[in-house]
Amino acid sequence: MSAKEIMNKEEMARTLNRMVFQILEAIRSEDGFCLIGIRRGGAVLAKRMADILTKEGKKDIKIGYLDITLYRDDLSSIHDYPVLQSTEIDFDITGKNIVLVDDVIYTGRTTRAALDALIDYGRPKKILLAAFIDRGHRELPIQPDFTGKTVPTSRSEIVDVQLEEQAGCDCILINKKA
Amino acid sequence: MAYKRKDLLGMKDLTKEEILYLLETAQKFTEINERDVKKVPTLKGKTVINLFFEPSTRTRTSFEIAGKRLSADTINFTASASSTTKGETLIDTVKNMEAMKSDIFVVRHSYSGAVKYIAEHTDAKVVNAGDGLNEHPTQALLDMLTIRQSKGRLEGLEVAIIGDITHSRVARSDVWAMTKLGVNVRLFGPTTMIPKHSEVFGCRVCKSMNEAVDGADVIIMLRIQRERQGKLLIPSTKEYAKYFGLTKDKLALAKPDALVMHPGPINRGVELMSNVADSDNSGVLKQVTNGVAVRMAALYILGIGNNKGGIDENAS
Repeated sequence: MSAKEIMNKEEMARTLNRMVFQILEAIRSEDGFCLIGIRRGGAVLAKRMADILTKEGKKDIKIGYLDITLYRDDLSSIHDYPVLQSTEIDFDITGKNIVLVDDVIYTGRTTRAALDALIDYGRPKKILLAAFIDRGHRELPIQPDFTGKTVPTSRSEIVDVQLEEQAGCDCILINKKA
Repeated sequence: MAYKRKDLLGMKDLTKEEILYLLETAQKFTEINERDVKKVPTLKGKTVINLFFEPSTRTRTSFEIAGKRLSADTINFTASASSTTKGETLIDTVKNMEAMKSDIFVVRHSYSGAVKYIAEHTDAKVVNAGDGLNEHPTQALLDMLTIRQSKGRLEGLEVAIIGDITHSRVARSDVWAMTKLGVNVRLFGPTTMIPKHSEVFGCRVCKSMNEAVDGADVIIMLRIQRERQGKLLIPSTKEYAKYFGLTKDKLALAKPDALVMHPGPINRGVELMSNVADSDNSGVLKQVTNGVAVRMAALYILGIGNNKGGIDENAS
């Protein structure tokens, strides 16, 4: 299996910063703004975005984490037993402007599941989507509002987003499927 | 962590890892039961049939709610209102239910081994909701979940199980599972209600109520089955209450934060006094709450387990 690095730690930090400012610009006038990260990669990125926003002087950034396992449409076909992560949204999302954060957008099915899950929690005013990597091959009419980097891939490749909090280092690799 | 079996029949055959996987999954499901919208679409289109050949309200309702919160279609079947009263055999009944394309059977039966027998004769997944004197696996899981939430761990805890051990499937499932997870279990009850060969359980059998509760972290009181063996094995419920019932005084011998549990329904004033059942030490209602999460976990794990395999999971 050959791995190609497409982003290193510095590039990732710059891109994330840029995304945060784009989000700030877009939601400037809106109240009730909150970030919700999709477990597991998106949750880490959402936390980092919240940290950047705090540094920028934005107070009281609400942040939540969403596990979408129970909403997947391919549960019975994925190989091993999926391990449930916990969903932690300790505020009412009704009327909020939500930025949904995921690390990679691919078929769009995860986002679909996340939207269904969110709507079970309440009726947000608006949901925006931030995806760090857009690797194409959408199977549903879903597009991110904020994209970190667009990476053309083939279906036989795997985009591996490694994050310090989980993998011990920050980098993005493209692997050929074994 | 994984659970590759078709059925959930008992705790005796499971490994420590499988039990922990079930507990972890159940813990995650507790959150769904706290939401406003208590429903996830996970088992949409699956049919769960509750086959209860023995009366039950709590367990059946718990399984029914669990199935519904996972969006499965749950159907209740009670033996008294069915063809079994017309002489249909057990397997024929099951085969007929299976022919209606059911995915999961939740079975309770008064004969030990009946649930395993059914599991061997159907392709549907089977969950044991209590078979005779044998096992009641989801009760053991909800007991352990409740203990773990209260104490933060299971290993090394002192758990006393008191009452009719011989005729309790709850006791059996608890003992098999807890000893695997490193819990120190002690048993106590009238001599007529302690199994002849209790050494197979690997537990200490106590000689007195004081010894049984002394320093215990958790006390599980079992129900005296007055409608069944209970009548023959003890002289009177009053005497039972005196020597084997859990009173405030007896509870004082256990650890100050001891957790009192009971699988229900409680005979107040017999095995458990009201002032204990309703005290801060009581985890009885927490057990019932956790029961739904545990049953959701069981239905979820069996319900999605097609193991077709192959497709890689990078479908972000």
